[in-house]
Amino acid sequence: MNLRPAVLIALDFPANRPTLDGPVTKKSSPTAETNADPAASGHARAPVNAKLSADAKIDLYRQMVRIRRFEERSLRAYQGKKIGGFLHLYVGQEAVAVGCCSLMGPNDHVITAYRDHGHALAVGMEMNPLMAELYGKATGCSKGKGGSMHFFDPSRNYWGGHGIVGGQIPLGTGIAYALKYKGLRGACLAFMGDGAVNQGAVHESYNLAALWQLPVIFVIENNGYSMGTSQARSSAGDLARRAESYGMDWGVFDGHDVYEVRAGLDKFLERARNESKPSVLEVRTYRYRGHSVADPDNTYRTKVEIEEYRRTKDPIQVFQNLLLAEGVLDEARVAQIDAAARAEADVSADFAEASPYPTVEDIQKDIYWEEDHPAEKKSQGRIFFD
Amino acid sequence: MPLIQYREALRHAMAEELLRDPNVVIMGEEVAQFNGAYKVTEGLLEKFGPKRIVDTPISEAGFIGMGIGASMLGIRPVIELMFWSFYSVAFDQILNNAANVRYMSGGLINCPIVIRGPANGGTNVGATHSHTPEAICAAHPGIKVVCPATAYDAKGLLKSAIRDNDPVMFMENTMLYGDKGEVPDEEYLIPLGQADIKRLGTDLTIVAHGRAVLNALAAAQLLEQEHDISVEVVDLRTIRPLDEATVLASVRKTHRVLLVDENKPFCGVGAQLAYMIQDQAFDDLDAPIKRVSAVDAPSIYSPPMEIEQLPNPQRILKAALAVMN
Repeated sequence: MNLRPAVLIALDFPANRPTLDGPVTKKSSPTAETNADPAASGHARAPVNAKLSADAKIDLYRQMVRIRRFEERSLRAYQGKKIGGFLHLYVGQEAVAVGCCSLMGPNDHVITAYRDHGHALAVGMEMNPLMAELYGKATGCSKGKGGSMHFFDPSRNYWGGHGIVGGQIPLGTGIAYALKYKGLRGACLAFMGDGAVNQGAVHESYNLAALWQLPVIFVIENNGYSMGTSQARSSAGDLARRAESYGMDWGVFDGHDVYEVRAGLDKFLERARNESKPSVLEVRTYRYRGHSVADPDNTYRTKVEIEEYRRTKDPIQVFQNLLLAEGVLDEARVAQIDAAARAEADVSADFAEASPYPTVEDIQKDIYWEEDHPAEKKSQGRIFFD
Repeated sequence: MPLIQYREALRHAMAEELLRDPNVVIMGEEVAQFNGAYKVTEGLLEKFGPKRIVDTPISEAGFIGMGIGASMLGIRPVIELMFWSFYSVAFDQILNNAANVRYMSGGLINCPIVIRGPANGGTNVGATHSHTPEAICAAHPGIKVVCPATAYDAKGLLKSAIRDNDPVMFMENTMLYGDKGEVPDEEYLIPLGQADIKRLGTDLTIVAHGRAVLNALAAAQLLEQEHDISVEVVDLRTIRPLDEATVLASVRKTHRVLLVDENKPFCGVGAQLAYMIQDQAFDDLDAPIKRVSAVDAPSIYSPPMEIEQLPNPQRILKAALAVMN
């Protein structure tokens, strides 16, 4: 039975959602009928961006392209039945992870929810172990035991990858607590979606962070929908503004332009590191794909809306235009970066395909630290009850 | 040897571990300024200061999750639940995060937390405050569960639990906090997963944990004096990992088993033990395995009825006689 209405339902956007009209555009390159006018991007001149070398800017661009191509390749793998379970794609949101993670210092940490592939790549994880994890192989970053929602890399200060909506937010608050306890000059970026803001655990975390002045920045990646339920149908009041009632700083900015993401985050990150002040940031972004591969994406928004975003706010296109106008990129380089990213993603799929699965014996490893370190084990008795 | 209260034994364990390891932090509701709702942490704030002894707001999911997150970076939080009954508001953090993060990361992370507090009925505090969730917690691979019955066991086990690099659920009992026992001044540790035979016997094995051990010992005394039955009482001390060997050795000696605990019957600790014993010692049994659980209802308030609901010595005695006949 086809439940789609004959007439498109008016979209129930609240007033503070990004409008569908893009900023005024000038034709600055053949492909830029639409996206942001580079001259209008004052964010490029923000100190945190003005100091970037040409190579650093290209690297930001490359990271976003890599994420896009990895996500597209993993979708094809999923459709080819190589990946089971969940796949929550980050396509359209790349500037948020890349922009935020690019500001990380040695004592800054990141934790996020299940739409975690972008953050994993943005902190520097390689594609091979990520794709192998999606395929459930023993060479995966979690040895095949976690899957799409559970990418971790403590060596890169990256703490997952979590499946329960909002469940990672107290953990992120704890990471900040540990940093403060140890006297380290760092902050935890604790990401969540617009759907997580109403979970009790998130409110509890806001209170603890503000009460104890913990260096955590709660970053709400607001893509407008929690699965199929829009912000207007989910949340009373504005999202980041709720921080006010806890006495925390807050901010809202768009996440389509990686310069803007960096400029937006920077002062809150400095405040967290230097003054141990928590904050709540809402970054407005958008996902082109459904909530996950299981979402037919035909019940809660229109194709017109998706196309409009793609046309006017695509983070890769936006930044490409900016860098082309700056003379940092040229068309040849753009093509080369894209080809390299596609190739890298293909190689990772080949790697995953060729890798072995974990064994039945592996099922009961990596559960208890003591069992994995028998020389240091102090406890006795039976630990598994098969 | 000094005679100290169960609560003092716990306090000494925490103080010793706080001195030994600068990463140990005690946190929970009323643990610092109030000196602990049950005076377990009395005096620790004065000795160690507010960075090490931390009062939390009433926010179990928040502060337990926060402790778990901090433990991923090497802090060793010892988090008090004023009642273990309150675990259910932090269920997701304990049983999805603490239990699973190591596994989901393929072994890259561990969470060396201790969650401790009283898990018991018997104090007329009603159904929502009288939970004994050791079996529910023990059903989750990734965590460990400890239930000490005496002051001596409490101190040695809490020290081991704090040093353990896995999450340990440590379940005490408000009715035991005032019990005195001999506890040496010198440092000692009791390993997790090691049961203790609290009373040697030959005719019947009673397996119990927590306050049920003391009730079983009282029943054993009556069984010997009034019925000439020699009862061996095995105190599990740890639920997960489980000292099956000690239980089975006792069963092979006496050939009759009575399981006693304060859990409700369905999938309580006794259910797991019964499976294990019949699976591994079937031919050693001269009678079916019986158990005494809490009467299968939410914990009743009415004081004399709550005594009847729990495995008191009279109920244990009756059940033991039934096993022997």
